[in-house]
Amino acid sequence: MNELQLLTWVRGPGLDFAVGIFLLGVVWRLFEIYSLGRKKDLSAPRHTSGASGWHTVFRRSLPPPGMLKRSPVSYIGGYLFHIGLAVIVFGFAPHILLIKSLSGLSWPGLPSQFVDLAAVVTMAAMLVVLFDRINKPVKRFLSTFEDWFTWTVTFLPVLTGWMAVQHLLLPYTTMLALHILSVEILLVVLPFSKLFHAFTLFGSRWYNGRVNGHKGVPV
Amino acid sequence: MQGPLIDTLVRQGVSRRTFLKYCATLASMMALPPTAGLAMAEAMAASRRPSVIWLPFQECTGCTESITRSHSPTIEGMIFDMISLDYQETLMAAAGFQAEEALHNAMKDNYGKYLLIVDGSIPLGVDGAYSCIAGRSNLDLLKEAAKGAAAIVAMGSCASFGGIPKANPNPTGAVSVSDVIKDKPIVNIPGCPPIPVVMTGVLAHYLTFGKLPELDDKGRPKAFYGETIHDRCYRRPFYDQGKFAKTFDDEGARNGWCLFELGCKGPVTHNACATTKWNGGTSWPVESGHGCLGCSEPDFWDAGGFYKALSMPADPLKIAAAAAVVGAGAGVAVSFANRAKKSAAKAAHETTTLADLEK
Repeated sequence: MNELQLLTWVRGPGLDFAVGIFLLGVVWRLFEIYSLGRKKDLSAPRHTSGASGWHTVFRRSLPPPGMLKRSPVSYIGGYLFHIGLAVIVFGFAPHILLIKSLSGLSWPGLPSQFVDLAAVVTMAAMLVVLFDRINKPVKRFLSTFEDWFTWTVTFLPVLTGWMAVQHLLLPYTTMLALHILSVEILLVVLPFSKLFHAFTLFGSRWYNGRVNGHKGVPV
Repeated sequence: MQGPLIDTLVRQGVSRRTFLKYCATLASMMALPPTAGLAMAEAMAASRRPSVIWLPFQECTGCTESITRSHSPTIEGMIFDMISLDYQETLMAAAGFQAEEALHNAMKDNYGKYLLIVDGSIPLGVDGAYSCIAGRSNLDLLKEAAKGAAAIVAMGSCASFGGIPKANPNPTGAVSVSDVIKDKPIVNIPGCPPIPVVMTGVLAHYLTFGKLPELDDKGRPKAFYGETIHDRCYRRPFYDQGKFAKTFDDEGARNGWCLFELGCKGPVTHNACATTKWNGGTSWPVESGHGCLGCSEPDFWDAGGFYKALSMPADPLKIAAAAAVVGAGAGVAVSFANRAKKSAAKAAHETTTLADLEK
């Protein structure tokens, strides 16, 4: 298989397959999770201001008092790479073209130099977060294969995309093909790993907040 | 018309100076040192016209048209005449048994020395019956002719990579020359059609140095296929600035902006169109406003649509609906399984009474 054949495959059957698995997985997992149901709490609800599902959805995006100082890498690094990913995925002109071709929706892209900077910052933040995970004995102890694996499949699309744009190491064709391939791996892995938090994050926050609100505990 | 090439050239009114200039141009095009031009001129002038056998297989004659017509008034065309082209169905006057005789004579007289040019792919389906000449399959003819060849030139994308006949679903089982012949030096000159000067350049190199030029991993001469169309495209600055034509008649197209979004395959296509151009340097596809089709790359016909930008997926939502339905089905099934498990656990739950505890 030469590089054009690889590119043709990842743009064609490979992407069909990856998008298919992704949709299948997402719909499956959402059905499964939300149909589990919970036992009704028969106790009388207590009311405390600020204790509710909606409050928690927003509050959990902010570090609890003192935590930012105790673990700055997790918070700052985490923020940086999540925002960076959003900038790259939704701000880069070729990505917007892709979304437009799929859904018809489009919006103005960010300057490619800015997206380039975002990619570099994102990768730097992800590397720092990774080294922190390796460095801190507790984090290392708590880490499983899934943690290392999901970090890798998230990092590779950013790295290969950036290298394709910058014409580094491999010819553009090969790098573009590898970039699309890495995104396909991410698409396949996402519904069946902890990366599914992209879909369940707000639902579970709301649920936790609601339970705590019922007990009168603002968390 | 045997004899040193320079005599023939002189007879045709080509001066030594013109010939030297031509050789120097060829040498520089192939990125050879300046002295190579002189060496080339000397070698070519002195050489007796090598026998060339041109076998057409499953092809459209576009390669022959390209070589003969577009450059016929130039010196390239003359050099081409100077080769002893002993068999070329389209160009030769002979036909039928005479033509076959010419072929067999050339093969016998120049055994081990002739250059075999092939255009068109070789069909393997139904024992090669899809394309026959004089009652024999292309496969047969190629194997026979390849035996006595010094080297083989696969002219055009069909002979190099299978080309359009090999396009999905490949009804004739078409393959390239290098798929069949493994024990001869083969140079691929892909393109649909290939650029005439690439052909003459390779021949000149062969005549001068007695071997084929340096090839890339796909058997193409590096001198001509070393860089992509995109790397040498005069519209490249617009790509770097993010200025793209969105349709073939918008302002961007009129301003000559990059055709990437209109499906140009320049970034992944290795060929010399952007530097040598076509029709004696008149123009080339991108200059006349159409993106590159990628015709010098293997399987360009099936590379996901000529008018789809390279960054665009071919058809990503093909199985999306089905996948979502299957996903929903799986989700519902798992839900029911979970609920059944839950109720089973509930049913199996034994209530502990005070009496049980006192036992």
